[in-house]
Amino acid sequence: MSEPAPAATEPRTLAPPERRVAVVSGVERIGAYHVITAHDVSGPTNPRPGQFYMLSTDECWGGAGDERPYLPRAFSYARARVEPDGVAVSFLLEAVGPGTERLAALRPDEGLALVGPLGIGFRAPPDGLRPILVGGGIGAAPLLCLQEELEQTTLLLGFRSAAHAQAAALFSGEPQVVTDDGSVGRQALVTELLAAELNAGPGGTVLACGPPAMLEAIRALCAERDVPAQLALESGMACGFGACFGCVVPTTDGYVRLCLDGPVVDAHRLETALFAGAGH
Amino acid sequence: MTPLELCGISLRGPVLNGSGTFDARAAHRAFGDALLERFPFDAFVSKTITLEPRQGNPPPRLWETPAGMINSIGLPNKGLEGFLASDLPELARLPVPLIVSVMGFSREELAQLVCAVGEHDEVSMLELNVSCPNVETGLIMGADPAETALAVERLRSETAKPLVVKLTPNATDPGAVAAAAEAAGADAVSLVNTLKGMALNPQTGEPWLGGRTGGVSGPAIRAIALEQVATVAARVGIPVIGMGGIASGRDAADFIAAGASAVAIGTENFRDPAAGRRIAAELAELSLTRGTRDTSSMPV
Repeated sequence: MSEPAPAATEPRTLAPPERRVAVVSGVERIGAYHVITAHDVSGPTNPRPGQFYMLSTDECWGGAGDERPYLPRAFSYARARVEPDGVAVSFLLEAVGPGTERLAALRPDEGLALVGPLGIGFRAPPDGLRPILVGGGIGAAPLLCLQEELEQTTLLLGFRSAAHAQAAALFSGEPQVVTDDGSVGRQALVTELLAAELNAGPGGTVLACGPPAMLEAIRALCAERDVPAQLALESGMACGFGACFGCVVPTTDGYVRLCLDGPVVDAHRLETALFAGAGH
Repeated sequence: MTPLELCGISLRGPVLNGSGTFDARAAHRAFGDALLERFPFDAFVSKTITLEPRQGNPPPRLWETPAGMINSIGLPNKGLEGFLASDLPELARLPVPLIVSVMGFSREELAQLVCAVGEHDEVSMLELNVSCPNVETGLIMGADPAETALAVERLRSETAKPLVVKLTPNATDPGAVAAAAEAAGADAVSLVNTLKGMALNPQTGEPWLGGRTGGVSGPAIRAIALEQVATVAARVGIPVIGMGGIASGRDAADFIAAGASAVAIGTENFRDPAAGRRIAAELAELSLTRGTRDTSSMPV
């Protein structure tokens, strides 16, 4: 029945085939971001880092600016904590438009409507390779659960400003942080940290999520040095489960639906991560 | 759910999907066998196939509008050969009848598709997507009653299976197109396809969509669709499959009241993969309370 999968062991946890409502248990403000946590009683308790959920609010989804939002919004989950009767799933978001503004306005006990987990997550790094996690802005989200799963990671984070860089506190250990304005850490791009890290020694593998320009710089850096990289991409999508064909990205195999064959894509499958429609 | 017969095919209920709004194989990959156990539709309409493979339009392909969206997908598909070899055997395993949507850039291309697809037992009906230009005349087949009639006449001899003509709302007189399709031998009509629309990149003022223009769908077009369904249903005697922004059982009941024999769910599937099941349940609930509807005023 299924579309042939690239590998029988793709890191995918199946989703229930319906939209369900999870009760919001917490909304936390972390600098420029919001962390929304909701109690999901009927979804799987073991989503894979890098997988995403389609989110909307149970009530009042629509009728804001420009009479939107209408479509649900795709978010990689940041954390999933198993609880006695379900799982607490957390999402990191920044209010940048009518959908994210409405999600950010959710309050405890209100309903977060979700479909997921969807897509393919990060594959476990091959044995012996040192995982280097690279996050840019909101792209730090899936690295939170990924860091929890992996041991001995190097974590490099880049943010726009000090308010955004507060998200670094969500991670354990001591991530290296840079900002666009130099307000926290050095004024630099996170790809500069990565270049230094890769120059320091071989044996690394990169797992990254962030804006298209950052991912493209990482793709090029890793291609030059023959370092394996997995990139979590973003593209506008309506459904998240292969129905709308809206989220295609160009790969060496032609267009693929990011919701089905991503969002985590092996960098060597891409000629560029800077394609039309990339990002949100 | 009340079973019904549509063009001689028994359906367990009246809720279909609009072509190109649900990919059962992709959904099976995301949802597993639970999808088949709780399949959302009473018949499944495939994505449109063409004779040759198509990769579709360059991204971006989507734009959100007030209460709806614009898509510019460009009919990506594996082509006839790819469909028959890899999709059809899988779609045949669905627990509901299969309707295959086809589109050709000429009548002969359409005839080849209808003939090749129609001979497969797994296929219950064919839907003709006529919202495309005929390369021989440059006319959008479905926008013109005479073009539509010529196409349906040509195809009628290629299969004994029911032929559904998917009407475009981008026509001067959809009722006349529907009547022409019926006179030429169509077994049913379905409507509406998307309405032509466009969006501009807010930064540049250039068209946002890779395909420049696209099709508007969702609740934004429901009132327009309802009028066209009512107009067409009044013009033809063959069954009408109504669609266009249906998001609830109440909406579905409206299309049926306007003359539709069955309804199809499109954009709402994107928001909830179980929309078909939910709407069917709401519709069944409503039909139990039929007659209690307050028709005197619009709720405010």
